[in-house]
Amino acid sequence: MSTAGFNSQNGTGPGQAYSNGPSQNPVAIQQLPGVSYGMTHQPPYNPMQAKAPVAPGPGLYHSGYPPVSSYQPGPQLASYSTPPGQPLLTRPQIAGPPLHTPPQSASPSPGPRMPLAQATPPPPAVSSSSYYSNLQQPQPNAQPWQYNPVPAPMGTPPPPNSMSSPPRGPVANHLNPPSSSTAPPPPPSSSTAYSLPQQAYGSHSVTQPPGPGIPPTSLHGYNQPGVAPPPMNPAVSLSYSMVRPTYGPPPTGPPLSGPPPTMKPTPATGPPLANVIPPPLKADGGLPPPGPPGRHLSHYPSLPPGYQNTAAPHKPTAPVHPAMQAAPQPYSQANQPYQQQPHSGPGQAQLSPSLAALSLQSSSPEALRVVNLLQDRNLLPPTSVPAPTPCLPHDLQKVNCSPEVFRCTLTSIPQTQSLLNKAKMPLGLLLHPFKDLSQLPVVTSSTIVRCRSCRTYINPFVSFLDQRKWTCNLCYRVNDVPEEFMYNPVSRSYGEPHKRPEVQNATIEFIASSEYMLRPPQPAVYLFILDVSHNAVETGYLNVFCQSLLDNINALPGDSRTKIGFITFDSTIHFYNLQEGLSQPQMLIVSDIEDIFLPTPDSLLVNLNECKELVQDLLKSLPTLFEKTMETQSALGSALQAAFKLLSPTGGRMSVFQTQLPNLGVGALQSREDPNQRASAKDIQHLSPATDFYKKLALDCSGQHIAVDLFLLSSRYCDLASLGCISRYSAGSVHYYPSYHQQHNPAQVERFQKDLKRYLTRKIGFEAVMRIRCTKGLSIHTFHGNFFVRSTDLLSLPNVNPDAGFAVQMSIEENLNDMQVVSFQAALLYTSSKGERRIRVHTLCLPVVNSLSDIFAGADMQAMTGLLACMAVDRSVSASLSDARDALTNAAIDSLSSYRHSVLTIQQPGLLSPACLRLFPLYVLALLKQKAFRTGTSTRLDERVFAMCQLKYQPLAYAMLMIHPALYRIDDLTDEGALNINDRTIPQPRVLQLSAENLSTEAAFLMDAGTVMYLRVGKNCNPIFLNQVLGVPSYAAVPDNLYLLPELDTAESQRTRAFIGWLKDQRPFFPTLHVIRDESQLKPSFMQNLIEDRTESALSYYEFLLHLQQQISK
Amino acid sequence: MAFTFAAFCYMLALLLTAALIFFAIWHIIAFDELKTDYKNPIDQCNTLNPLVLPEYLIHFFFCVMFFCAAEWLTLVLNLPLLAYHVWRYMSRPVMSCPGLYDPTTIMNADILAYCQKEGWCKLAFYLLSFFYYLYGMIYVLVSS
Repeated sequence: MSTAGFNSQNGTGPGQAYSNGPSQNPVAIQQLPGVSYGMTHQPPYNPMQAKAPVAPGPGLYHSGYPPVSSYQPGPQLASYSTPPGQPLLTRPQIAGPPLHTPPQSASPSPGPRMPLAQATPPPPAVSSSSYYSNLQQPQPNAQPWQYNPVPAPMGTPPPPNSMSSPPRGPVANHLNPPSSSTAPPPPPSSSTAYSLPQQAYGSHSVTQPPGPGIPPTSLHGYNQPGVAPPPMNPAVSLSYSMVRPTYGPPPTGPPLSGPPPTMKPTPATGPPLANVIPPPLKADGGLPPPGPPGRHLSHYPSLPPGYQNTAAPHKPTAPVHPAMQAAPQPYSQANQPYQQQPHSGPGQAQLSPSLAALSLQSSSPEALRVVNLLQDRNLLPPTSVPAPTPCLPHDLQKVNCSPEVFRCTLTSIPQTQSLLNKAKMPLGLLLHPFKDLSQLPVVTSSTIVRCRSCRTYINPFVSFLDQRKWTCNLCYRVNDVPEEFMYNPVSRSYGEPHKRPEVQNATIEFIASSEYMLRPPQPAVYLFILDVSHNAVETGYLNVFCQSLLDNINALPGDSRTKIGFITFDSTIHFYNLQEGLSQPQMLIVSDIEDIFLPTPDSLLVNLNECKELVQDLLKSLPTLFEKTMETQSALGSALQAAFKLLSPTGGRMSVFQTQLPNLGVGALQSREDPNQRASAKDIQHLSPATDFYKKLALDCSGQHIAVDLFLLSSRYCDLASLGCISRYSAGSVHYYPSYHQQHNPAQVERFQKDLKRYLTRKIGFEAVMRIRCTKGLSIHTFHGNFFVRSTDLLSLPNVNPDAGFAVQMSIEENLNDMQVVSFQAALLYTSSKGERRIRVHTLCLPVVNSLSDIFAGADMQAMTGLLACMAVDRSVSASLSDARDALTNAAIDSLSSYRHSVLTIQQPGLLSPACLRLFPLYVLALLKQKAFRTGTSTRLDERVFAMCQLKYQPLAYAMLMIHPALYRIDDLTDEGALNINDRTIPQPRVLQLSAENLSTEAAFLMDAGTVMYLRVGKNCNPIFLNQVLGVPSYAAVPDNLYLLPELDTAESQRTRAFIGWLKDQRPFFPTLHVIRDESQLKPSFMQNLIEDRTESALSYYEFLLHLQQQISK
Repeated sequence: MAFTFAAFCYMLALLLTAALIFFAIWHIIAFDELKTDYKNPIDQCNTLNPLVLPEYLIHFFFCVMFFCAAEWLTLVLNLPLLAYHVWRYMSRPVMSCPGLYDPTTIMNADILAYCQKEGWCKLAFYLLSFFYYLYGMIYVLVSS
């Protein structure tokens, strides 16, 4: 189910159908509320949507273009023979050679992944198929996973899955038709479904039999879904796991989730989303591929990140020496044909050892393919890096939580803490719990079914003993199924509790009853606290703020109870009486800042609807009111205290705009930064707060359900380390606009404007708490993010917003010996801006493994990087920056040395890494060169602290861009491989390595670093690009402060703008774009982001690798 | 047998150590409550923080008494704890009120475990020293 929802993110398309399904049901589900709610509030930003389109793109690309094959390694391709390439791409072909595809599809876990990633599924399937083709080949060694060891069984199981899967994804459906012709019906799995649940834990074998026996069936299953989706039970899935506890991804079980009925029809008709091409791909393997296969998928360069289930690792077809392997990879840059690599690569001598290693590991998954980092340079995937797929049975994985929402650093959980210590990788979760989702099943039910002992919400990973009993997957208590739960509102049938939406979706939202309220739901309350000192007026931010609020005042999330208020301050505090009936706003000045009080208790915070005109009057007059002020002092502390008093009866959101160091009254701060020490200091001081005033106030706010969001617009030092506490502990957010000035810095102004729009109109949840539960034996070690930890597993979030990410470090307290899987559940209870109490529940299920190699195979390098960054921030504050840097380096050394010494059976020269960690050292180096942790370069303290805040607070996807920016060459964009979204063609250039060697003076490059983009124009840049895109006649005419591409009516301009716009649409906040030339002031910041290069104070990537190697071999 | 100043010190230390034992037990219970979710960390820190300095001062007080009484061995036994207390208080987080515990970090598993361990170690130390003082008191009374 969940998958369907996610996939549908397109919003417009079929996806909705799913959501509607449940919602339509009068009884249990409110359909529209959920959906509409989300949609209305967050129209501007929908990351999901953006991605969805992508998916189709790849599909199209592949199917349309034979070029796919080109990506595959030349030599190897031959080995593959024609079939592999084609089958992957085109659906029909697959059908033809059913034998190949079924096994492949089964093995690749992409299926499961797909649901999560939405887009991902299709591509994976494709890739998986390719792998299978390989299977036939004589040399299976390279592909440890599915090929040799258990080809038949593995392969077979998948088919069933495939069947089930098709129904889910709308995409899949599209493709299916062709396949269906070939495929026979997949009845077995579906029929068993119900009984299976019990088996899940008991007997493994049961499910398997069907699998092996009927590889072809899988195809059928495929088709069938279209006809009749086999919905089903989690239990089945469990059985799955039993079969192959570790990696045996082969999904034998029937599909867990019943795909939305609506979806089914679509396949035949053709995709509602014309644009989306993904279906074909998906059809192949997408759905079916349950297993680990996901990882293999990455071959196609053009695939968008989300779509590729499998990580970069390409499957090496046969045991080949590393250089060869690299070649096959799609990654290899265009500039550097893979063929070159062999030359530069290792000599023959090295070849043999690597071959040996490969053959030994023949049975291991692609993720464990050995990569010699010193030899293989082109390890970056052509688009973004996909999240690894947990090795779960297909039916479990299919309903698993999306990696965009819930991700674990190790997708295979070690059985014991000692095993985890041996692997030396961090174990933790990365969460984006309130992410904007366009498809979210919402359930209204008088009883929310939860475990009676641990209070876990019922989820797809529980098992039903019979129709009346279910076993909690976290504490294993047996619970009763309430009578009401027996009725399934989706199918309107009785007696199928396992088909309820709660049991079909890993992400779901409940409308909570009054049991979940400590007090009546609060209204949406917004209080704006504005700095109006001379410095603030000078920057001119007031105009922008007032204009933005005026423009968006009707879009503020809320209902008829929404309240709003304003406070301005300099050396005194000004309140605004907006009471209804006044002819104009009345300003009340309190100059006693030592003992602050509210001049009138009840008319400062007014109902927005009733007093809208007064509010608008105030906003119009505010910028002029303080035009001539000469007051330079800032009594921020007192203003915050006043605001706290004002909001404490209701709770709500404070938005603080500050432009200088607070220097008056309580909370006054002194400048602690010595600019001369920025670059030279051995260790960075003053990363921790200077006073606990802001922290204590934040805790008070937190207790009263008040969140404080801080906007810092300043060119001078503001001691963000101290000020930031006010947001950090009240679950607010920090926005920093260095050197903001209305005239001197138009790019910053535009960013502020766009960010404000997003900030004001984005969804918001009030008086929230989030509890994270995990299976008995695991425990939470530390939380990272902005919140207050109220107990060991409970976060207090006065406000929650869709742009907040969280990280959680986990530890294993008891051995997980007798468990096949563990689950994590994050439940976010909040009050919506409409005054509804809601609970959003995400459940993630992961396999438990007992061997080091399996742990390594499941490592998620991006998640590890994100978690390490959080840990390093803590370390730099509690210990020192150099400590944190050492710890980062050690993390890379430890994990690789553990791999080398414990997993690799044959020692060979070079710096060896499993394919799933191949970018980890690069990311660690990127972290070391990140603003937050770099040394030796002049970095302003506030910017450093802000970068640290961001690393902790941002969801992983955005944080990764900050850590490792993406570099594209954009002067030669073509439509080849482009995505097609909403009738717009989005070119997809490949991601280049961050090295100056990729730059040329004859091209233009775009670097996307999250909150900022640089478009670097080379000196001898193609005049067509200058002309058609930048609208200037020559290089010399490129203006210095160009931050907006002119809207020219040329194909090149449209392509470039489409691409940049697409990138911008993928994130909530607006990145500034700077067009830079060689002489530009910003060139150094551009160059600093080239992290693979050497700088005066930091190692190059190659040197860093040598350093690692040296440490490892010690 | 005479009632010397040293004997008085031991008697006083005996009584005060009994009080410290209660402090230690209180800490252990408090952190256990935190760990099992019974209490809000803000409240808990507010109740614990005022107790930190008194505990340290009591310990410091009878260390000074032993110094005055020239009970060197006893003093040496107590010096490590005294030094630890000084170090612990010097390295406390930025706080405007007396105390050691910060509600925002106390829930960190490492810190919580550290505080619990600290509580148990102190309890053991105070218990041992309680009996040592008893012995010391009798010894002084008998020997003098």
